[in-house]
Amino acid sequence: MNPILECRGLTKRYSRTSAANALDHLNLTLERGQIVGLLGPNGSGKTTLIKLINDLLVPTSGTVLIDGKQPGVETKRCISYLPERNCLNPSMRVKDMVSYYGDFYDNFNRQRAGQMLDDLQIDEHSRLKTLSKGTTEKVQLILVMSRDADLYVLDEPIGGVDPAARDYILQTILTNYNENATILLSTHLIQDIENILDRVLFMRTGRLVLNSSVDEIRMEKKKSVDMMFREVFKC
Amino acid sequence: MPWELQNDRPIYLQLMEQIRQDIVSGKYEPGKKLPSVRELALDAAVNPNTMQKALSELERSGLVYSQRTSGRYITEDETMLNQLKHELAVTHIRQFFGKMKQLGFEHEEILSLIQELAKEEP
Repeated sequence: MNPILECRGLTKRYSRTSAANALDHLNLTLERGQIVGLLGPNGSGKTTLIKLINDLLVPTSGTVLIDGKQPGVETKRCISYLPERNCLNPSMRVKDMVSYYGDFYDNFNRQRAGQMLDDLQIDEHSRLKTLSKGTTEKVQLILVMSRDADLYVLDEPIGGVDPAARDYILQTILTNYNENATILLSTHLIQDIENILDRVLFMRTGRLVLNSSVDEIRMEKKKSVDMMFREVFKC
Repeated sequence: MPWELQNDRPIYLQLMEQIRQDIVSGKYEPGKKLPSVRELALDAAVNPNTMQKALSELERSGLVYSQRTSGRYITEDETMLNQLKHELAVTHIRQFFGKMKQLGFEHEEILSLIQELAKEEP
């Protein structure tokens, strides 16, 4: 079986005049069945990597393979992607958005979406533009987590939601994820998610500076990932 | 309610400690079935792989054993359970002594203080 994600010498430079590569010869292999945290300061290349995985950017050089395939229609079927910004049509109602996703993705589970909307007390009949920023984020995450994907790529999934909903979302991630799926999530809220991660990736100026399991870090450094991050990236 | 986990030590070790504690305190009874990895992971709010590792380690120590298809069970070995209880007690007392010494108490003082307070306990 191919690894779910493989990057070889992956490089992205946004323009010929830019001073540095946004992503600089990145080599990375992710196996199935893990929850992986993608961590790094602002501008370290996290979102660039995520966009390359999702075929929203074309590499300057190097390759990215998802289950052995180049990004494209086939890989979008097996990746469930939560973008960093709102991608939902503001004039649509929540329930229409659910049907839209259901029509679009054959691995979308409507029942699961309905259950999560109920749990978070989101009214299916509201139009998206009437919802708060946090609630919109929740709806978007529900849509993404309701798919049975092989790879979930979540760009800042818990940034704008309140702590109680954050707990529910982490719980949702733990409940819905199956043993063969991999979740790659970027965040700055390390402390909140540390316990659910298998592995963390630290990025700095487009490079991978650490790829290690959470318990390895705790065992060797006697520190939490959060403390380690603050130390490595001290300003 | 997620389990209380500290920051400076591996998570799986802390999960093992918590489950040991729960076995000694009787939350999980000897010979009874443990909840599944997924249930325990959700309860503790940790990664299922980490919970799996903690349970495998406990299995290696013999405290729990797995029945091929039906899950994991707590040992019925009384000697082992008593030994575990003893070990936990020793750990707590050592910690307590350490803290009292930091406060500047000598052994004799600590012991007499304990006896004094034990009388007040119902």
